[in-house]
Amino acid sequence: MAKREKSRAKSSSPVVKALLGIFMLAMAFFILGPLLWLAIHAFVTNWTYPNLYPDGWTWHWWTQIFANSALEESIRNSLIISPIVVVLSMIICLPAAYAAGRMNYVGRKTFLIGLFAANSFPKIGLFASIATLYYALNLMGTIVGVIIIQLLGTIIYMTWIPAAAFASVPRNLEEAARDAGASKFRVFRTITLRMAMPGILVAIVMSFLASFDEAQGTYLVGAPAIYTMPTEMYALVENYPIQIAAVFSLLLAFPSVLLIGLARKHIVGGQLAEGFQIK
Amino acid sequence: MTDSPQEEGLVLNGLTKILGGRVIIDNLHLVVKKGEMVSLLGPSGCGKTTTLRMIAGFLIPDKGDIVLNGKDVTTIGPEKRPSAMVFQNYALWPHMTVFGNVAYPLKVRKLAKPEIEKRVHEALAMVNLMHHKDSRPGQISGGEQQRVALARALVQEPDILLLDEPLSNLDAKLRVKVREDIRDLQRRLGITTVIVTHDQDEALSISDRIAVMNNGKIEQFSTPQELYDRPETEYVANFIGSLNHIQGGFADGQVISGTEVVGIRPEDVHFSTEQVPGSYPATVQLVVPRGHFCEVYLKRADVELHAFISLDVPLAGTSGFVKINKALIYKDGKLVRVA
Ligand SMILES: Nc1ncnc2c1ncn2[C@@H]1O[C@H](COP(=O)(O)OP(=O)(O)OP(=O)(O)O)[C@@H](O)[C@H]1O
Ligand SMILES: [Mg+2]
Repeated sequence: MAKREKSRAKSSSPVVKALLGIFMLAMAFFILGPLLWLAIHAFVTNWTYPNLYPDGWTWHWWTQIFANSALEESIRNSLIISPIVVVLSMIICLPAAYAAGRMNYVGRKTFLIGLFAANSFPKIGLFASIATLYYALNLMGTIVGVIIIQLLGTIIYMTWIPAAAFASVPRNLEEAARDAGASKFRVFRTITLRMAMPGILVAIVMSFLASFDEAQGTYLVGAPAIYTMPTEMYALVENYPIQIAAVFSLLLAFPSVLLIGLARKHIVGGQLAEGFQIK
Repeated sequence: MTDSPQEEGLVLNGLTKILGGRVIIDNLHLVVKKGEMVSLLGPSGCGKTTTLRMIAGFLIPDKGDIVLNGKDVTTIGPEKRPSAMVFQNYALWPHMTVFGNVAYPLKVRKLAKPEIEKRVHEALAMVNLMHHKDSRPGQISGGEQQRVALARALVQEPDILLLDEPLSNLDAKLRVKVREDIRDLQRRLGITTVIVTHDQDEALSISDRIAVMNNGKIEQFSTPQELYDRPETEYVANFIGSLNHIQGGFADGQVISGTEVVGIRPEDVHFSTEQVPGSYPATVQLVVPRGHFCEVYLKRADVELHAFISLDVPLAGTSGFVKINKALIYKDGKLVRVA
């Protein structure tokens, strides 16, 4: 009986493995396929349907992008605006997240659910009403205006994730540090912040991506004075050959991939789970 | 020998703490001598942790003072208090190695690197954990984590060591070993220690004196022997050890009717097949093996008793004679007489 159970478990595992393999391949096809298509198009002179192979290879599109001052400016805008948005978001949201993380359970849940509810309204309505305000304040078409719009989209990440991270730091780990002689500030720096760091890193990455990819609000508020990479994409898709869009997409994806790669090591550390029993 | 102030390690003077609108600690007095190991023993919720947290500085008492080695520390924050605490769940920092955990209090004190290294090594050697100094807390066993927490406390060379149920997360065997290790270290270092526990065995075996707590008050504060032999209140008698608890009176080695409470330790009930002065006929009703002794239920004309017998255990149904060697008589919960 036991033997049969065992052999059944054994025989089922290759099936499971095969299914898993097929699933992974399908995932890879749908995720990597389009990326591959983009990557190839960024370097071909022309490649259209009946042809099995591209007509030829070229750097032409890349040089064209960097020669085009409008495109170049949108890249520069994105690379300036997004880091500013992330830093501002940290300055504004992290203290709130810390406070929420230290609230009692009910207070914290109310705060976070409230934020979530506010965030789940259709954005476009919010942007429209903000636009009226912007006209009054002369923020239309300004960098500040774009920054504020993008900031709104990062709040949910920069509060939710760090609040959970702060809340998950057991109080008695902080008390143990006080008991060991550390000042409140030192406890915050060496224990609380340090232990919440993986969560904060995730929030930074998510916020950066949210800001970097934000197009709706940025277009509404920034265009035609200020274009970022995603809003510039609109113009590109309409006015340029497909290869230019491909190059641009790769450029757009590059910071995200880089950031996730850098943060991965710290996030997957898994220190939060090990080493203490949560009371 | 007179109690000069120099010998007082810790004085709790009329401590009172109100939490959530309830008086949790009620006018509590306690004097612990220097180098003494004292247990706070009591049922869940009686305020042991609250008391310890006030001594450590995490809670400020609403009334009363805390004096450590002659210095009033009542309102001093935990980081400035010369106390070190071992938490129930150890509270080791998971992002630091074992070495890092033990070194933290010294780093905070801005000691020189070589000095830190030397003292951490000493502390880890003391708890036999040198081989784990580069491990993370998550990679070592519960008993080892407990020892790291102890080393982290001892490395501070505190005036007083506070332990909150330090053994409750360990299995029974390890608990006995670790408590002996703690007692050994405590004696060797001569460090004033307050340990919280709800396990009477633990308290009886490692303490110089035990403070039995009930509802935020200390019922009795004495040596383990005294506590067992002469429990001053009915509550303590019931809490420590086992007790035959009978409503009535006591005279000529017999239970009579009355309004007092008679407490008889099962060890003080003596069974034999021969009659001796003060013994009366009895029958054995039930014998329950308890390992190295048997619990024997006996019926006499005046009273039914259970007894602990380890030698010549009688069989159920046999007749013989039972003598009560000692009885504790309580009136209104207070000890009035030992017979
Ligand atoms: N912050 C608080 N607010 C309200 N009540 C509290 C608070 N902290 C503790 N109490 C109450 O005080 C009482 C004593 O708590 P304490 O933790 O000191 O008990 P204890 O003797 O250590 O018990 P245990 O053996 O279960 O650890 C409990 O009834 C508890 O509910
Ligand atoms: Mg407790």
